[in-house]
Amino acid sequence: MRLRAAASTLAALGMILALVTVLSPASGLAATARASLPAIERRVMCVTCKIPLIVAESPQADRERVFIRGLIAEGKTESEIESALVSQYGPTALGLPSAHGFDLTAYLVPLAAVVALIATLALLLPRWRRRTRVRPSSTPPPTLGAAEQARLDADLARFDR
Amino acid sequence: MRGRLLPILVCLAGACLIGLLVYGVTTQGASRTLDQAVAKGQHPPAPQAGRTLPVLSGTAAGAGDSLAAYRGKVVVLNFWASWCVPCQTEAPLLEHAQSRLRAHDATVLGVTYLDASTDSKTFLREHHITYPNLRDTTGEFAHAYGTDQLPESFVIDRNGGVVAVSRGEIGQAFLDEAIKLAESTS
Repeated sequence: MRLRAAASTLAALGMILALVTVLSPASGLAATARASLPAIERRVMCVTCKIPLIVAESPQADRERVFIRGLIAEGKTESEIESALVSQYGPTALGLPSAHGFDLTAYLVPLAAVVALIATLALLLPRWRRRTRVRPSSTPPPTLGAAEQARLDADLARFDR
Repeated sequence: MRGRLLPILVCLAGACLIGLLVYGVTTQGASRTLDQAVAKGQHPPAPQAGRTLPVLSGTAAGAGDSLAAYRGKVVVLNFWASWCVPCQTEAPLLEHAQSRLRAHDATVLGVTYLDASTDSKTFLREHHITYPNLRDTTGEFAHAYGTDQLPESFVIDRNGGVVAVSRGEIGQAFLDEAIKLAESTS
């Protein structure tokens, strides 16, 4: 029974994973799909204003848009356009921290935070579960006085009739 | 003791994060090491002189060129971009200085930064620039000079040492100093 439940859970997870892969914009399908200016604008930076291109209003932002439109007209994919932007304006065009030096902390700190959170939960959850299990047995059941007990018995007998 | 362990660990993690933030703010800004050394009268070696950069214009070195290739010359290293308005103002000054520098085995060397090559080439055509220009495609060369605004210029002597720094638009006086250095050492 347990085996069957585990198998069906795994199958459901597999289906969700497959759906996410197919629908993800980072998937191969999306990468080869025809590029659009708003989609790229969301992912790249205005190199002089240091804000995402989609919200940037400056002559340089307009130049970058012209550059991107030119590449879209040439039929380039989104990943090719991003590479072209990096080769022209440098890695800052993508607005991603580099994977070396101090910038590496941008990737490592969130990872460390997740690990710390999992470790904390692993440490605390068993303790909380123990407490919630122990609590009902540790509190003594309410005791009734003789008069209350007699009235309860009478009420119950009345309901039984 | 076990009950106190978690708050202690949380406090330690918080302190580490604050420390990291302070370290990042203090060390990740543009370096002013060159400026300080030059102000003390020292001639620090030009950073990343051996780094090969793609050629934008004006040199026959092929696909790449480096500052080291200009060793033995006085070089006015100028960081610029086509979108930078002060760069447009100083371009005629630099071009005029180039004609005088060339006569004394010296040169202006432009380096574009955060600029598309097509825009840079249009800028060079519009301002009739004849001195050589390279492209800093990663920004690492500019970063080594503490460049975080444009334009910025550095005078490099014949031994490859930085002798003058200008953060911002240069004036004729800055170029005259470079020309004087070229004349006195030629």
